Amino acid sequence: MKRLTPIALATAALLLSACGEKGASTQERGADPNLPAPERGLLPSMKIAEPEAWGSLTPTVPQGFTVTAIATDLKVPRQTLVLPNGDILVAEGKGGSAAKLKPKDVIAGYIKAKGNTKVKGGNRLTLLRDADGDGKYELNTVFADKLNAPYGLAFANNKIYVANQDELVSFDYQPGQTKAVGAPSSIAKLPSEINHHWTKSLAVSTDGRFAYVGIGSNSNITERGMEAERDRAMVWQIDVNTGAYKPYVTGIRNPTALAIQPGSDKVWAVVNERDELGPDLVPDYLTSLKEGAFYGWPYSYWGQNVDPRVQPGDPKKVAAAVKPDYALGSHVAALGLAFSSAVMGEAFVNGVFVGEHGSWNRDQPVGYKVIFVPFADGRPSGQPVDFVTGFRDADGKTRGRPVGVTVDPRGALIVADDLSNTVWRVVKSR
Amino acid sequence: MSTSMTAGAAYRSTPGPVHTILLAGTVPLYLGALLSDIAYHNSHQIQWSNFASWLLAGAEVFCGFALLFALVNLLRLKHKGGRPLLYVVLLLLTFVLGLVNCFEHAKDAWAIMPAALVWSVIVTVLAIAATWVGLTTRTGGAQ
Repeated sequence: MKRLTPIALATAALLLSACGEKGASTQERGADPNLPAPERGLLPSMKIAEPEAWGSLTPTVPQGFTVTAIATDLKVPRQTLVLPNGDILVAEGKGGSAAKLKPKDVIAGYIKAKGNTKVKGGNRLTLLRDADGDGKYELNTVFADKLNAPYGLAFANNKIYVANQDELVSFDYQPGQTKAVGAPSSIAKLPSEINHHWTKSLAVSTDGRFAYVGIGSNSNITERGMEAERDRAMVWQIDVNTGAYKPYVTGIRNPTALAIQPGSDKVWAVVNERDELGPDLVPDYLTSLKEGAFYGWPYSYWGQNVDPRVQPGDPKKVAAAVKPDYALGSHVAALGLAFSSAVMGEAFVNGVFVGEHGSWNRDQPVGYKVIFVPFADGRPSGQPVDFVTGFRDADGKTRGRPVGVTVDPRGALIVADDLSNTVWRVVKSR
Repeated sequence: MSTSMTAGAAYRSTPGPVHTILLAGTVPLYLGALLSDIAYHNSHQIQWSNFASWLLAGAEVFCGFALLFALVNLLRLKHKGGRPLLYVVLLLLTFVLGLVNCFEHAKDAWAIMPAALVWSVIVTVLAIAATWVGLTTRTGGAQ
């Protein structure tokens, strides 16, 4: 890799200078986004985050809220889980083993890596505890290690469920426990070959019977061949007792976070859509999952918009494609999802928080924040509002990139930040 | 006296062994990329597209170094015109359009079609022409 550097840098400079697609500074969001025609110049637009330390700065939160770092120097924190006693589990890791198939993969991989942390994934769960309730998490200990890129977390049936990049596992859990007893038990193997999109998101049904696991596609748009897409771009429903699974929804490109809507059995997902169709295509989205639905990938996007990059196409599948519920904007890279509750205060009581990792495939960066999507009558309603910002400044200096978001019933939003390797806690001031 | 000088000029403008290997190497590499593109176009099998991308990358490396040799040769010539100049121009065109073709091939899946195939035809023809002119370049003399 070292020897490639001058070539890669020269190409990067060329790539950046030759990008013509600018894109709108504000994006279409909501239930019925206006989609422009696809565009792709000779070179794709790229704008990579320039990592910078937080120093004395912190993210920006709405008036009436305060934010503190409750854990730093983690090893790539992704998703978090608040246990019944208030302890917080943090999944740390970095997965994927996708081979570089084209010269492009080598160059793009190098460029994109510049916008991410240099820290090696921890492959572990860290437990954080604030025993006296002062907002400082004085205990920071490894709950379990030697995991394989753990990502999705859920608690049910007195067990902690963990979606590793290759397997759904569970740990038995006693209240107050700070260390797992032994290795986890396997529930089901998950598709893990190549693992271009390796993050396995997870939610468990209210009755504790089914685990829902999001499995991302193995490519942007089938450039690794259709054979690589078997059992990919799906959400599986897995019986946690038997390990029996079935596809719950399909054609869902990269479902990076799942959540169960409180008071219902509805599974919601945030999904990252395809790149290289221009700055304002294709919107990442938030949607409730309708059992058996096909969401279009790879043949079409946002319903019946055919993607000509997939040949041979499949008009029957296109006709069957379901439109998602709510557009979050193209390239924002939504990676976190949590339903809010009364503890978050009046303005944020009804809706979801969405963590947006931030774009790389867009000239004007978008995402790099946590937003709140208001709900009414159990559905998204109205425009989203910013909840946590300040991760990236106007000069492109990027101090953090939000991933998982979790609502702590004690009255806080937990935000994992995988660039500065920090867990942030946003609390409503009393 | 004058004959020996023209002979010297002829020697300098004709590619040496390394230059020849680099130059002639571009032909099978660009041609290989073209054939792979045709195979991808006809089969939709993505691996052909991967082959084409790497063959093109190799062709650009060979072409780039051959271009360097060609330029040095041209600069050392007294009369910078005629076939030696045509050779450099053709090779430069091959390299630049080959680079465009590389970027075209960097698009995902079928997005490269049909442009990649068309570029590959153009670049292959140019590479053959440049090699032909390059290897038959004489500025006169007894060789």
